[in-house]
Amino acid sequence: MAALDTTDVKEGVDQETVDQVKALSGAYKYGWETEIEMEFAPKGLNEDIVRLISDKNGEPEWMTEWRLKAFARWKQMDEPEWAMVHYPPIDYQEQYYYAKPKSMAEKPKSLEEVDPKLLETYQKLGIPLKEQKILAGVEGAEDEAPAEGRRVAVDAVFDSVSVGTTFQKELEKAGVIFCSISEAIKNHPELVKKYLGSVVPISDNFFATLNSAVFSDGSFVYVPPGVKCPMELSTYFRINAENTGQFERTLIIADKGSYVSYLEGCTAPQRDTHQLHAAVVEIIAEEDAEVKYSTVQNWFPGDENGKGGIYNFVTKRADCRGDRSKVMWTQVETGSAVTWKYPSCILRGDDSQGEFYSIAITNNYQQADTGTKMVHLGKRTKSRIVSKGISAGKAQNTYRGLVSMHPKAKESRNYTQCDSLLIGSECGAHTVPYIEVKNNSSRVEHEATTSKVDDDQMFYCQQRGLDEEEAVALIVNGFCKDVLQALPMEFAMEAQQLVAISLEGSVG
Amino acid sequence: MALPKVKEDTTEARLSSLSLPEGGGWARAAREDAVQRLRISGLPHRRDEYWKYTDPKTLTQAEPQPAALFETGEASLFDRHDRLKIVFVDGVFDPDQSDDLSLEGLEIERLAEAAAKDIHWVRDHYGVLESRGQTPVARPLATLNTAFAEDGVVIRVTGKVSKPLSLIYVHNSETSDAMLHHVVKVEEGAEVTVLENGPAAARFNTVMEVDVARTGAFHHVRAQGRDHERRAATHIFAHLSEESTFKSFTLSVNGQLTRNEVVVEFSGDDAVAHVAGAAVGDGDFHHDDTVFITHDAERCESRQVFKKVLRNGAVGVFQGKILVKEGAQKTDGYQISQSLLLDEDSQFLAKPELEIYADDVACSHGSTSGAIDETALFYLRSRGVPEQDAKDLLVLAFLAEAIEEIENRDVAEDLVERLEGWLSRRRG
Repeated sequence: MAALDTTDVKEGVDQETVDQVKALSGAYKYGWETEIEMEFAPKGLNEDIVRLISDKNGEPEWMTEWRLKAFARWKQMDEPEWAMVHYPPIDYQEQYYYAKPKSMAEKPKSLEEVDPKLLETYQKLGIPLKEQKILAGVEGAEDEAPAEGRRVAVDAVFDSVSVGTTFQKELEKAGVIFCSISEAIKNHPELVKKYLGSVVPISDNFFATLNSAVFSDGSFVYVPPGVKCPMELSTYFRINAENTGQFERTLIIADKGSYVSYLEGCTAPQRDTHQLHAAVVEIIAEEDAEVKYSTVQNWFPGDENGKGGIYNFVTKRADCRGDRSKVMWTQVETGSAVTWKYPSCILRGDDSQGEFYSIAITNNYQQADTGTKMVHLGKRTKSRIVSKGISAGKAQNTYRGLVSMHPKAKESRNYTQCDSLLIGSECGAHTVPYIEVKNNSSRVEHEATTSKVDDDQMFYCQQRGLDEEEAVALIVNGFCKDVLQALPMEFAMEAQQLVAISLEGSVG
Repeated sequence: MALPKVKEDTTEARLSSLSLPEGGGWARAAREDAVQRLRISGLPHRRDEYWKYTDPKTLTQAEPQPAALFETGEASLFDRHDRLKIVFVDGVFDPDQSDDLSLEGLEIERLAEAAAKDIHWVRDHYGVLESRGQTPVARPLATLNTAFAEDGVVIRVTGKVSKPLSLIYVHNSETSDAMLHHVVKVEEGAEVTVLENGPAAARFNTVMEVDVARTGAFHHVRAQGRDHERRAATHIFAHLSEESTFKSFTLSVNGQLTRNEVVVEFSGDDAVAHVAGAAVGDGDFHHDDTVFITHDAERCESRQVFKKVLRNGAVGVFQGKILVKEGAQKTDGYQISQSLLLDEDSQFLAKPELEIYADDVACSHGSTSGAIDETALFYLRSRGVPEQDAKDLLVLAFLAEAIEEIENRDVAEDLVERLEGWLSRRRG
């Protein structure tokens, strides 16, 4: 009986894989910096800063109070130490909590008025011109958007502020609200009040609480009942200013029977010092709703000597509130010096489904502690976890996950598989799954035995002369590639590089 | 770092209820050192990550919960085998029921006697592996044992021993609180089998330190009949040199609270360690298998196979870890933990961990949990097997993979019989 969770490097490791990982670890493509005049809030963190951020965003009183409550809570909390990551203590008073390009003080009316440096930034990041106009916050640019081809609405966040959101009008026609969270607080307070903090409460954990106090901007999505969002939605996060923490807050609400696919990308300049990024993403899926959330996380990982890089402490959670709702997390994690991230699903509605597909690649001195939590509360809920960790150089890569079947989650099902691959003798790969089964009609399989891989596929492969191990490898691989190829187009460039990374040799 | 108040209080309360046993200079030093270590680590608390799924309260409180005496005939489990019997009643050696402590290829002595001597081989071993086993995770109940255990046996194995040593634990007092500390040193090329069985005491804390030299072999089969209110924390610390073998199997039937910790360290190349367990629990049953295997040598093989059958609200816990240190190339680590939940009330909580710092290794783990396979049940029923018999058959088949880990087939048969007894008793 060969189990699938395997940390295994033999001669069988593809040279191609090794080369690809090396290539990825080479020069960080997005390490340049935009020299642009910024407006900063004073360094450090106290109630005044929290009020100032709230004030800069023109928030109503209830929002300010909400933030202050979170800040009061945060002061009593300790930074978590259980993750398998090590970094020098962070001085939270040495950070800037708010930074905004000066040229954004007033929204530019045309392309000519937009700060050329801001324009250049988007161009360098490879965002097409049409979009660029919109991204730079030019009013009216939406109308010039191409009517044909694949379209993706983008919300771009530059340090602390949302620079622009594209296709808002067209989305409006469908009834979809897609804007920055600061706009949503102003324009849709009833929705924000109802849902913000309902999935990740302000006292959830150290980093989420910090985020609740100081989040500057982020995206807001509301898809009304029965609406299939006409295009993919995307957020592009860019950290630019030095010593500035980025704290974005994303709130996605999929009302009854709706569907939305959401993409997230991120990059940051190459610097000697570490920078802090603590985001919160909340997803609410009502009855029959489906949300796909895909991330390609490519923050600056630090140089080959482990200098610099982003500390990425992210809380992502989806609440499958309604019956038959479905949330799928897909993540490709290649960046950040330290990653602390567990996109999770609370499967509350009966027959709801959660999926988590992850590829985490660490190299040099990167450390990643990532995984998922699947909390089964409703009847006949299903979850699937597929995690691939690749560790090279002196990196440490940890999968940490929880599958919990509550007593009332009858006839539920979980399948978990996590493979690790080590390239080089100085890195580490770790697996820390927690499995809690509190009823007997549910089935939980962690790193299922070969017999639990689709029997028909196994039979087919073995019938054609593959041995059991080869057959499993082939099926797993095919599955992994499927996941990558299912990534939305926007990530095609990055994803393709990763698709080329073969995971052969990770099973045995 | 100072201990949290709650831990300090528990630890001091427990310490004040105990006094260091009599003993010579070396034993006194080892025990005092353990007390000091315990004051630093503190006794476990349910908020400790390592005790996430098992509340250690009844194991750490000053006085044990009383446990009614309950005759299950466990003491006679291995009676048909030729063996050297060593009997403890409520944690105290009983020379009348025990055989004469002499056997070819063995030096064996009571801990209490060894501790009274100024010069004894065990002075370099007592508490040593226990102390090593405290990192990276503290096991304070073992430290407590090193400090306060008065009795136990110290065994030096110098050749291939002709028959098994059988440690039999008799429970005779409803409030007994027993601690036993055994030390086993297997010399180069030597081989021994140790059997353990019996309900022992209302509360039982054991440590067995096993040092296996080059090409030595240690076999261990244990049956825990922890019926009703009894509670136990057991610890095995094994240290393996080149080409040595360590095999341990535990059968647990009922018991209010049982925590079995096995800590294995490979420090010589090409050694083998198999740790297996089968547990069947009915009702008020909490059973915890916690295993930590450290590979610090090349080409070693470790194997963990744990199966649990649970019903009527029984809780099964498995925490297994394989740590492969840098340079421990060609390690072969395997771990499987499975549970069969016979009804809606039972729980299985597992944390199977891998921590790997070497690249040329094959480590795998699997964990599953679920009910009896309906298809298999239907198959048996369609062949005319009555439903309850069919279920029993499937339960036995489920446990078989763990029982197969026992090399001595006669002993394995005894255990299967015991299991069948449990199944039929459960029915009646």
